[in-house]
Amino acid sequence: MSAPSLTTEMSKTDTPNPVSPNADSRLARRFAALKAADRAALVTYVMAGDPDPSASRDLLARLPAAGADIIELGMLFSDPMADGVAIQRAGQRALANGQTLALTLEMVRDFRQRDDDTPIVLMGYLNPLQRFGEDRFLQAAAEAGVDGLILVDLPPEHGAAMTARARDLGLARIPLVAPTTPPGRLPALLAQGDGFVYRIAFNGVTGSRRLDIAAELDSALDALKRQSPLPVAVGFGVRDGGTAAAIARIADAVVVGSALVERLAAAGVDAALELTRELAESIQGARRGES
Amino acid sequence: MNSTLKTLPDHNGFFVPAVPGGHPSGRRCRDVKNFSRKFLGGSPGDGHGTQLNRGYGGRYVAETLMPLIGEIEAAYDDARADPAFQARLHELQRDYVGRATPLYFAERLTEHFGGAQIYLKREDLNHTGAHKINNALGQALLAQRMGRQRLIAETGAGMHGVAVATVAARLGLGCVVYMGATDIERQQPNVQRMRLLGAEIVPVHSGTATLKDAMNEALRDWVANVDDTFYIIGTVAGPAPYPRMVRDFQAVIGVETREQLLATQGRLPDTLVACVGGGSNAMGLFHAFLDDAAVTLVGVEAAGEGLESGRHAASLNGGEPGILHGNRTYLLQDGDGQIRDAHSISAGLDYPGVGPEHAYLHDSGRASYVAVTDDEALEAVGLCCRLEGILPALESAHALYHAGQLAAAQGPDQVIVVCLSGRGDKDMDTITRHLMPEEAQA
Repeated sequence: MSAPSLTTEMSKTDTPNPVSPNADSRLARRFAALKAADRAALVTYVMAGDPDPSASRDLLARLPAAGADIIELGMLFSDPMADGVAIQRAGQRALANGQTLALTLEMVRDFRQRDDDTPIVLMGYLNPLQRFGEDRFLQAAAEAGVDGLILVDLPPEHGAAMTARARDLGLARIPLVAPTTPPGRLPALLAQGDGFVYRIAFNGVTGSRRLDIAAELDSALDALKRQSPLPVAVGFGVRDGGTAAAIARIADAVVVGSALVERLAAAGVDAALELTRELAESIQGARRGES
Repeated sequence: MNSTLKTLPDHNGFFVPAVPGGHPSGRRCRDVKNFSRKFLGGSPGDGHGTQLNRGYGGRYVAETLMPLIGEIEAAYDDARADPAFQARLHELQRDYVGRATPLYFAERLTEHFGGAQIYLKREDLNHTGAHKINNALGQALLAQRMGRQRLIAETGAGMHGVAVATVAARLGLGCVVYMGATDIERQQPNVQRMRLLGAEIVPVHSGTATLKDAMNEALRDWVANVDDTFYIIGTVAGPAPYPRMVRDFQAVIGVETREQLLATQGRLPDTLVACVGGGSNAMGLFHAFLDDAAVTLVGVEAAGEGLESGRHAASLNGGEPGILHGNRTYLLQDGDGQIRDAHSISAGLDYPGVGPEHAYLHDSGRASYVAVTDDEALEAVGLCCRLEGILPALESAHALYHAGQLAAAQGPDQVIVVCLSGRGDKDMDTITRHLMPEEAQA
């Protein structure tokens, strides 16, 4: 009864979808504009509802003006096994102050009334989505103006149907690629990917250490680029302008999460926006400084 | 009955009915929407997509771990088929763990209840005092075979942690045990024991600071140390292949029970009873009997302060299907899909989920699951001490209590086997506080 491995099965059954249905999406437009300007995107992660609903709405509304090109909005889960302590605590604060998935979608709806350009990507874990109802969630997310989904615990082996439904609704399923991902797995991951690829910078949880491995990433990113037309974002552990700039030189987008969430917790919305501005400036100067 | 039961899970790590038309037992599935229809309806073109609701189990983990878990599955299947690996495992089970454990006729408990004959499968007599070492030994040998130098584990009551620390010492491997701060407080003897064995204990303060949080932290450690680390999950849960692998390593319990009862009584038992937190001792006892339709399987969950109180750890009796720790199974959760705190007097049952194969056996009707409260378990501890001279673990006492109730309602021709999964020395503080409050104050 030896069981064939999941990976083998997956590559047999999943066929790559060569045409992204979201070519005219907010994400595609934003990346096209950034490419024209020869600049990497700053992707900011904040936990929806952290530290409380009104501060969280305020922060979300002001992030684009502070330099966020794309916003990742965390959907809280009680047991975020791939996240470090900063984001776990952010989820606990949000939960304690009454945040729910329905409220998170409402935040996006409100944001969209004032900003129809900044892409919003929801990031989280499956269980709250399933509880809400997968189809109901996808429908509501699309209607609210969500552009994409990052589902940490939904590997492509289990994700084909959800990806197809998400695509039908114009929602990008952003694939996570890890340092441990062997080249043979990439086609299956990328086949279910739209929007951009999220390259996890190192083996670890979110926010776990400072990143000085931009050089090591270089060749890995080249390999990714050869296999996929999608922009590549790098995240997990980007904490300061220097690291952000180093990554901005080799990737299409830089994701900053835990550092921002920690700043918000320690010093409030204005301080978090100040950090966003610093990071945006570092990224804007990154490629100019090099050329 | 059909032999397909024993070959579960399928190649995707899902425990799903393998026979068109329903479960081999002929009983209807309770949760048709989630269980049988989508699977049996067979939409062959849909690849892997609709499996979210197809069965229990699966592999819902972060991408960093996916390739690694695939490696473990391949290495496990390879080891499983390797006679040298099996011989080494068997030798250590016999000479180091002390297997086979006795199947003991509990004469005075039987007399006390005045009905069915009660037998105890004495897993408490294993080295380290519980069934946990069956699995810890198997996985540690696999880790060694894969060249991993560092073992990590989560532990609730500490019995799995002690078992892993023990085999790590024996095999010369490093060992880090994650344990909820709450559990560290209530299981001090085991904490000291693990340290003495050379393990590093990492207190977990996040979340509710119990077993589920220890598991979250162990998974985080693993993600950060994929190169040299092997995660020994202590129960029949987690991403595939863990539920199957742990079940296989624990299956020795049922295999021995079957042989022992056939040898001494020339018959199979009528009923098997085992406690269920994650459910590894229960799966271990049940597995060899899954195809024996005449053998009734009963899992006993922790009802804590009562199912109606909301303070319990009975995922099957009081939870709903969802996804946690890499598998789809029954979970204690709220309406928003956030995991609820479990409660049980026994730290080993204090987990808001259950192994996916139990979820499958529950829905299919092959096994039934009841729940026993803190007070009832304590009552069974006292009874077993006074009548049999055996101090059972609080976990095992849940099964003992229910077996007593069953025995009283049955005739003397019936045979019940209870898995006495562990000994109760670790619980002396808790037991003393509840059963002998005057001693506790002294």
